[in-house]
Amino acid sequence: MTAEDDAFAALGVLSDPVRRKLYRHVAASPDDVGRDAAAEAVGVSRSLAAFHLDKLVAAGLLAVSFRRLSERAGPGAGRPAKMYRRADGEHAVSLPPRSYGTAGRLLAEVVEQAGLDRELQAAARAAGAADPQASGSDLVEVLRTRGYLPFWDGETLRLANCPFHALADEFRALICGMNLALVEGMAPEGWSAAVDPCPGGCCVSLRSKNNSH
Amino acid sequence: MTGFHVAQVNVGRIVAPLDGPELADFVAQLPEINALADHAPGFVWRLVDDGGADSTGLRPDDNDGRLLINCSTWESVEALEDFAYHTDHLRVLSRRREWFQRMEGPHQALWWVPAGHRPSVAEAMERIAILGERGSGPDAFTFRDRYPAPAAIS
Repeated sequence: MTAEDDAFAALGVLSDPVRRKLYRHVAASPDDVGRDAAAEAVGVSRSLAAFHLDKLVAAGLLAVSFRRLSERAGPGAGRPAKMYRRADGEHAVSLPPRSYGTAGRLLAEVVEQAGLDRELQAAARAAGAADPQASGSDLVEVLRTRGYLPFWDGETLRLANCPFHALADEFRALICGMNLALVEGMAPEGWSAAVDPCPGGCCVSLRSKNNSH
Repeated sequence: MTGFHVAQVNVGRIVAPLDGPELADFVAQLPEINALADHAPGFVWRLVDDGGADSTGLRPDDNDGRLLINCSTWESVEALEDFAYHTDHLRVLSRRREWFQRMEGPHQALWWVPAGHRPSVAEAMERIAILGERGSGPDAFTFRDRYPAPAAIS
């Protein structure tokens, strides 16, 4: 199979609506999710959830770990619970084929070489502020639409996904600086952004002076 | 523990004199960012000038009054990376072009030193030169193309 075939196989697994709901729930959760919690969140039976979750694991979209949920140990403690989380790999299909990633990498290299960090940040800030949704006050929804997977951690809004992951890995200062400006641009007045990374996610976190969540 | 620490050096040419308005924000943030480094997990040591607080008084090139040097040692490349890219240091880093010119050729390098070794300015500058001459290798490497610590001598 080609890489494209692999991607089709993985994404085809998501054509089932229940499976898609389960995937979205687990992928957006900052912590590993057990079968009971996933079943409850999606509104299906535990056994149906388990069946679909394991299909998602087989497709490479979710990863598994085992954890004891109770404090008890030794005989009678029961088997450790099977926990699910988003798998690390990336899957993308574009029809017809598009190579925006390649273009992005080339552009980033040139911007880095030319030292145009400030110009990039200004453009990112403007693009964030120009988001038609950003004029409203629901920053959480704006971030969700853009793929950041926001979640509340006490009073702090954290972002469980980095939409620029591979580029950020390669051009850290450039891309993270761009992303910080983009998020600050999206944030209405009353919010402040900090560099406070979420493991496996985005390096930016946000706080609202109004604490209105 | 491997018995080795990773050393990092980077140099940068400031766009204006250190005591001028252009560099004021940079200078103002130094104490906070240096304190952040000093308390970061895996931090071992950083180069300071005779003044003692930071290394902005050092000029690694006698012929270049605006070239600053920054050098430190860490328990691992990952610890250094966490500090450099996963803390408020990133906020300073993202403003680098307000304060530092873009330089031709390598301006930073990583290399392994025996735990406890404190690199001199000359040693650090030599590692940048090695990276420029030979590219990434065990004697001088980059985050993107990193090399493991030498095997512990048994």
